[in-house]
Amino acid sequence: MLLEVNELRKTYATGFEALKGISLKVNNGEILALLGPNGAGKTSLISTICGITNPSSGSVSIDGYDISKNFRDARKLVGLVPQDITLEPFEKVLNTVNFSRGLFGKKKDDALTEKVLTKLSLWEKRDSRIMELSGGMKRRVLIAKALIHEPRLLFLDEPTASVDVELRQSMWNVVADLKRDGVTIILTTHYIEEAEAIADRVGIINKGELVLMEEKASLMQKFGQKILKIELQRRLNKLPEELSKKNVKLSGDGLSLTYIYDTKQKKTGITKLLSDLSRSGINLRDIQTDQSSLEEIFVNLVKENME
Amino acid sequence: MNFQAVKAIYFFEMARFFRTLLQSFVSPVISTSLYFVVFGTAIGSRIQEVEGISYGAFIVPGLIMLSVMTQATSNGSFGIYFPKFIGTIYELLSAPINYFEILLGYVGAAATKALFIGLVILVTADIFVDLKIMYPVAMILFLVLTCISFSLLGFILGIWARNFEQLQLVPLLVVTPLVFLGGSFYSVSMLPPIWQKITLFNPVVYLVSGFRWSFFGNADVPIVVSLFAISSFTIVCIVIVAWIFKTGWRIKQ
Repeated sequence: MLLEVNELRKTYATGFEALKGISLKVNNGEILALLGPNGAGKTSLISTICGITNPSSGSVSIDGYDISKNFRDARKLVGLVPQDITLEPFEKVLNTVNFSRGLFGKKKDDALTEKVLTKLSLWEKRDSRIMELSGGMKRRVLIAKALIHEPRLLFLDEPTASVDVELRQSMWNVVADLKRDGVTIILTTHYIEEAEAIADRVGIINKGELVLMEEKASLMQKFGQKILKIELQRRLNKLPEELSKKNVKLSGDGLSLTYIYDTKQKKTGITKLLSDLSRSGINLRDIQTDQSSLEEIFVNLVKENME
Repeated sequence: MNFQAVKAIYFFEMARFFRTLLQSFVSPVISTSLYFVVFGTAIGSRIQEVEGISYGAFIVPGLIMLSVMTQATSNGSFGIYFPKFIGTIYELLSAPINYFEILLGYVGAAATKALFIGLVILVTADIFVDLKIMYPVAMILFLVLTCISFSLLGFILGIWARNFEQLQLVPLLVVTPLVFLGGSFYSVSMLPPIWQKITLFNPVVYLVSGFRWSFFGNADVPIVVSLFAISSFTIVCIVIVAWIFKTGWRIKQ
């Protein structure tokens, strides 16, 4: 267990309750995606764990070190990539990265700096000033700053917020590389496809509460609806009456049927459907299934939570 | 103690200073030269001597104090305000460092810059006037204590300020007038009796007087009182900084 959060609460001076008793555990080497709409409490959670804001109550330990009592040992293990691009515009890439390493009590390590900057495609830009870099490069500088002290736990707060598709993909590749290097990653996002593409587990935060925490695959299985699409040998003009009662729909061209079923149910009704089709003399050409995306699951969960 | 972090902050701040070295160096040289032209030559030719010292030499300690106090306050406030303003303060708050180490890095750098400027003015002044320092150790002690205490004041202002306007408010509207009215360019004994009493409420009087004593052996107020004043001011700043750190006032939510 690398990170353990117990009943963490955060109420700001304005009275706004950003975290309402969140508890979670994160294992070594996994990627956890925290999903949630804007203002759900994702950044508050990260800020509190990293020491940027003080918790109102509850506890957090990183590799067994309490973030308040043993803050030095705890923080040494953590790297943080903030949501906003916060860099000194006049600094050179190399200087700002070395500064971050120094803050974590470590001496300059030229070989490591070169390795990290090369991995993030920044080595060629090491002597450039921050203001001369593109938005994507600046974001990579933030990652380099967070990695330069070799953290075991990396927080990525909305790493692909307002970046283009190409850069998003390259960011996902960086995350995959880090995972291979054994870094545990917690990322917040409101892009569902991001969680779907890179996370091992998904946590959903809404209104300061952890609504759900599941393995990504089991979450999709548990909450996902599946669509069974059946292509027919011959055009069908009208759906037999017994089938139309079973949530089966005939396409406009009469050449395919769709059946929506819930994977959570013990009986999906597929066997019965197929035997009914056979009994009705409908011949099949092909069958395929589609799983609902995390986005649909997320929207459903947040909606349920609001009700 | 995370010395590496203190070093990192200190040299990062000093690098900012060295990036604009020409500006940092030339600006005090030019302004000091101008003061000598205006006060030393134009006015000094009419005043001749103050307490047996040529007017040109008499204003040197005040000139140094004026620059040191304003520079220390500005550097101290800017150093911590800038990370707050652009958001890079997250790095300081999430690093394995305590507040004392943060303070040491920022105030250490601000005080060093102010000390450097003070020494540049001293050297420049030596070109214009014949300058002898009677108590060099006391002079350095006063100078260093002033650099540290006003950098601490700047640090407090940097944490307090919510915008650049507030950042400039105290150095411009409080520190500079107090230094000008604190006997930088005149002896308190030259004032009318009532103002001699009122001016004693100005804390800068004690600092300028003590600093001038280290040069010429003459003081407006007893040297012990000056030492007490600068020490008290430093302690007050430390107490305020300690409170800020304890409560996280305007740093942490």
